[in-house]
Amino acid sequence: MSVELTGAEITVRCLQEEGVNYIFGYPGGAVLFIYDELFKQDKVKHILVRHEQAALHAADGYARSSHKVGVALVTSGPGVTNAVTGIATAYMDSIPLVIISGQVPTAAIGQDAFQEVDTVGITRPCVKHNFLVKDVTELASTMKKAFYIASTGRPGPVLVDIPKDVTQQKMVFSYPSNVSMRSYNPVVEGNSQQIKKAAQLILSAKRPMIYTGGGVILDNASEALTELVRLLNFPCTNTLMGLGGYPATDKRFVGMLGMHGTYEANMAMQYCDVLIAVGARFDDRVIGNPKHFYSEERKIIHIDIDPSSISKRVKVDIPIVGSVSEVLNELIKLIKASKEETDAHALKEWWKQIDLWRERDCLRYDRTSAVIKPQMVVEKLYAVTKGDAFITSDVGQHQMWAAQFYQFDKPRRWINSGGLGTMGFGLPSAMGVQFANPNGTVACITGEASIQMCIQELSTCKQYQLPLKIINLNNRYMGMVRQWQEFFHGNRYSESYMDALPDFVKLAESYGHVGMKIEKPEDVEGALKEAFKLKKRLVFMDFITDQTENVFPMVPGGKGLSEMILV
Amino acid sequence: MRHIISLLMENEAGALSRVAGLFSARGYNIESLSVAPTEDPTLSRMTLVTIGSDEVIEQITKQLNKLIEVVKVVDLSEGDHIERELMLVKVRATGDDREEMKRLADIFRGNIIDVTDKSYTIELTGTSSKLDAFLEAIERNMILETIRTGASGLGRGERILKV
Repeated sequence: MSVELTGAEITVRCLQEEGVNYIFGYPGGAVLFIYDELFKQDKVKHILVRHEQAALHAADGYARSSHKVGVALVTSGPGVTNAVTGIATAYMDSIPLVIISGQVPTAAIGQDAFQEVDTVGITRPCVKHNFLVKDVTELASTMKKAFYIASTGRPGPVLVDIPKDVTQQKMVFSYPSNVSMRSYNPVVEGNSQQIKKAAQLILSAKRPMIYTGGGVILDNASEALTELVRLLNFPCTNTLMGLGGYPATDKRFVGMLGMHGTYEANMAMQYCDVLIAVGARFDDRVIGNPKHFYSEERKIIHIDIDPSSISKRVKVDIPIVGSVSEVLNELIKLIKASKEETDAHALKEWWKQIDLWRERDCLRYDRTSAVIKPQMVVEKLYAVTKGDAFITSDVGQHQMWAAQFYQFDKPRRWINSGGLGTMGFGLPSAMGVQFANPNGTVACITGEASIQMCIQELSTCKQYQLPLKIINLNNRYMGMVRQWQEFFHGNRYSESYMDALPDFVKLAESYGHVGMKIEKPEDVEGALKEAFKLKKRLVFMDFITDQTENVFPMVPGGKGLSEMILV
Repeated sequence: MRHIISLLMENEAGALSRVAGLFSARGYNIESLSVAPTEDPTLSRMTLVTIGSDEVIEQITKQLNKLIEVVKVVDLSEGDHIERELMLVKVRATGDDREEMKRLADIFRGNIIDVTDKSYTIELTGTSSKLDAFLEAIERNMILETIRTGASGLGRGERILKV
């Protein structure tokens, strides 16, 4: 005789069946039965955040750094609306999450009940899919589908909205062992004819360029990519989302491309004759003005799991829909087996050209400055952590300097909100990274504006003893806003100055952490070393940096890749 | 260019709003939309009329395919297809106009399905352009009200959209 379980028990059992170790959440009326069941077991550990946005970012950081599905649990109404920023952040960067939200009882839906919102309606445009579970009989199969949809194809967040009465209803629990959906069958294998054509085009290239994005990280394709690039000896660039996909310290890596990409990456992108785009989507921050990009002739091969990413902003010649790791491995096989070889002479000339562009030294900055240069802090951080830390960031200038100056040799080490550009992402996502990598060194590079958007999570860090290192590049400005105002709005710094800042050292101390204030360039390295020695403590490092430093190079909005503003 | 897109989707609450939401979120046009369950009650079939460049239509079909509840999508305008729309028009029908309206309905193969001493309600089916032509043939002030279903379509001959 099988025992009947409540919907709440079933919810928790589903999480156990999926092998979920951590969920990030915040309780409330509609999810009380689920919290009650969490209390009675210890397989799924619940991490209590201080704001639902942080629950989502933490689950997100957990997923990005571990290749597992991140899970968040929030209550109805404001619990969900607070979570929306985090859901949209994950959606834009294709991060696999399952969000469980409480809902008012089914009988109260539509009655403007206390803490009621149309969760499925509000989240529809920023989830891969969402469900409202109206009956306990659908609960287990819906949970199974949610994990399946979130983690397959182009990944993304999936929300399961569970009314309170459904968590009380009872039924016999059985977890489906597999899912089959006639309406959802993501393509994995690329078309072999297309891959053959791509291999031929690659071998005929005179000025090739390999441009890769977040898809390489998400599909664990870094090894395959690295093998292909080395096999061909082609230049490789990564997008902001793709950093770590190819080892940054390898000489074939020409740096990040795009709005704040390197001179050599952007020039090679503009003037290549064969472009191989892998798990990337020709974003406006990456290629700038598409018309300008078209002005140079080149053939484009585009490999992506999502057909709608292909020929969306840029028409391509050889589209290949499929898992990027599978397609890259196929390409490697074909190229190895081919009798043809790459044009060594042309390639040598192309590398000569790229090296000339490199000589422009586009990331240089004043290393003799009497005030702390933010770039220098990131360089020292790289040295002190031996390039082996997990780095999260918030959004703005510090994010770009982190991307430019911390050299990521491994995937899943660089965690940032690339698509949505969510300030407040850095600290809570670092918490998730630390849970996924308990022995890893985790640092959050942030600014004094961004960090204040989720500063309350210092309390969560205290509760769970998370030894994060917060690198606050404090220039008393919303730096990127200030930079645009300087360049494009006649130096009118409208509302971009940060006045009345807290004393971050005391603030950190009041939360039970270690605070440091660093004001001189000569103190930077020592302070970092000291902070990273404190392996069990969170250290908040407040670096007082040059107020007016700008991020270079810069492709202004609407301009082309070769129209960079250089230092 | 005008395209007529046909799709099969799970007959579930909220599926229609996903399609409508996709169009508004991405700035695509919807000229008309008609939807009803098929002979298999777990499936709905929708016909969408939209206007856009080839690139936009390609994105529309890709984005529709990406919706989890959408099972199949076909752009009927890519090949031979049949298209029909139903319209009901209530017109003034008094004096000499009464006979004139009857004649006009006959010319367009419309049926008069409701009659009062002052009005006719005419039922017309055909392509959207035929219905437009009928409305243009009547003086504007004679029209009391109209309702149109939006186009429905099927591929011709062997072109079949089925699961």
